[in-house]
Amino acid sequence: MSAAMLALEGVTKTFMAGTPNAVAALDRLDLALAAGDFVTVIGSNGAGKSTMLRAIVGLVEPEQGSIRLDGADITHEKVHRRAGAIGRIAQDPHESTCAVMSIEENLAMAAKRGQRRGLARAVTPALRERLRTELAAIGLGLEARLDARVGTLSGGQRQALALLMATLARPKLLLLDEHLASLDPKTAEAVMQLTDRLVREGALTTLMVTHNMHEAIRWGNRLVMMHAGRVVLDVAGADKAGLTVPGLVERFHEVSRETLSDDRVLLA
Amino acid sequence: MIQLQSILTSMAEQGLLFAFLGLGVLITFRFFRFPDLTAEGSYPLGGAVAASLLVVGVDPFAATAAAVAAGAGAGVATALIHTKLKINNIIAGIIVMTALYTVNLRVMGRANVSLLTAPSIYEDIVRWLNALGFGLRDGAMTTIAITAVLLVLVSIALAAFLRTDLGLAVRATGENETMIRSLGVDTDRTKMIGLAISNGAIALSGALVAQNHGFADIGMGIGILVTGAAAVLIGEAIFGDRSIARWIVAAIVGVLIYRLLVALALRVGMQPVDLKFVTAALLLAALAVPRLRVRLVGR
Repeated sequence: MSAAMLALEGVTKTFMAGTPNAVAALDRLDLALAAGDFVTVIGSNGAGKSTMLRAIVGLVEPEQGSIRLDGADITHEKVHRRAGAIGRIAQDPHESTCAVMSIEENLAMAAKRGQRRGLARAVTPALRERLRTELAAIGLGLEARLDARVGTLSGGQRQALALLMATLARPKLLLLDEHLASLDPKTAEAVMQLTDRLVREGALTTLMVTHNMHEAIRWGNRLVMMHAGRVVLDVAGADKAGLTVPGLVERFHEVSRETLSDDRVLLA
Repeated sequence: MIQLQSILTSMAEQGLLFAFLGLGVLITFRFFRFPDLTAEGSYPLGGAVAASLLVVGVDPFAATAAAVAAGAGAGVATALIHTKLKINNIIAGIIVMTALYTVNLRVMGRANVSLLTAPSIYEDIVRWLNALGFGLRDGAMTTIAITAVLLVLVSIALAAFLRTDLGLAVRATGENETMIRSLGVDTDRTKMIGLAISNGAIALSGALVAQNHGFADIGMGIGILVTGAAAVLIGEAIFGDRSIARWIVAAIVGVLIYRLLVALALRVGMQPVDLKFVTAALLLAALAVPRLRVRLVGR
């Protein structure tokens, strides 16, 4: 396990614990990612996908288990303390960028990810040059609009900017929480191509949650299916390349029947 | 003509003294998006601390600096109650405002401290400049000139701060706290810094007003937040809210226009007891007019 970039062991999170409505969002979840892994995550609503990502960034605190990032235990570390090593993009473009601030100000904040912020000018000419280059590389023409407010951008442009913000400071881990879900198909494809390129260029260890089985099969080197707060299917390499959407749906139904017959009944 | 000139002079003098209040309220009301009622306590706190130190012979600059520090402390108290005890920010402001009423009475020892025989930073600056051969007289125009210079310095410092790495983090804290935390910023800290700067500026207004008016009074802060908010909104209705520089100019011009409207209201026969109603009407107008304009003109 020491070689793993990210290791979740026995992570458990119950919402509304101690009430009749208690929901086990994560149930003794085990998952390990090697450095450079690009893992896609699928599962039905309530399978625990988002809760897992939120536990990794620290927005949700597990009651049991441990989360280790590059060897360091971050299970109970505060959000802002672990943020230096983790980039995350949410489904809603409004969540990952700051609308009233300019493109360059947003990127300047992201360039300082996890570092101490002092009284030095944020957008220096040198930084502006670097941002122009980085923005030109994503090919949306944003390099000519550095001082435009992010609120004036389209949803796709905002998610592309969020991607650049998440990867600018080379985090150890990139978390994508259905980051294409609010985009139209054409824009989603463009943003996904960009995602794949940035992940490859940075050799970033990545977890991508998606509702789209086709996307989950097409991208990444490994696919994980979650159900009832646990990993129920974990496919990599050639096996993953051989997956089809109907095959995956079949596996999904098998798995949900199995867990329903043992775990759920035991818990109830 | 003479009457108009005296109205404008009074507007400029009182408006510039209140402009620091506008800058302070801008930070909480605009950037942090909540009405920080600490202002109702930190404004008279500035007046009380400055007055109490001036009457015992403390140097006017030191007394004014102490007032700013006390105001910043009040902001820190509100921030700590909000962030560490997880109490709603408006309630936290009300708690500190309420406590400050007693603090201000204790600091002054009574409800009103006269400064008519005490020195002020205005007298000190005039004396220094005259020693350099300027030949200034005490009066409204001198107060306007000195306050304007001080205001420009504070505005430049604030604008510069808001463009630093820390300043961006403070601005983003009010706008998108989840995002800025995910970039590694401790928002408990940025809230504390923002509230300290805001209430420090507001206390500076209180300290300068007390020295200009010749007294500090326990009731001087009543309704002050509404005044500041009205000024910020009036300025925004005119200048828009597109950049840091515009925001700061809008807050200052908003205060000046607010004072002008109040002076006009008094000239057309309204009594001082009517002023709170006028303030409420101005705040309502500043909020409603931009919305009506959108509806009518479609922008």
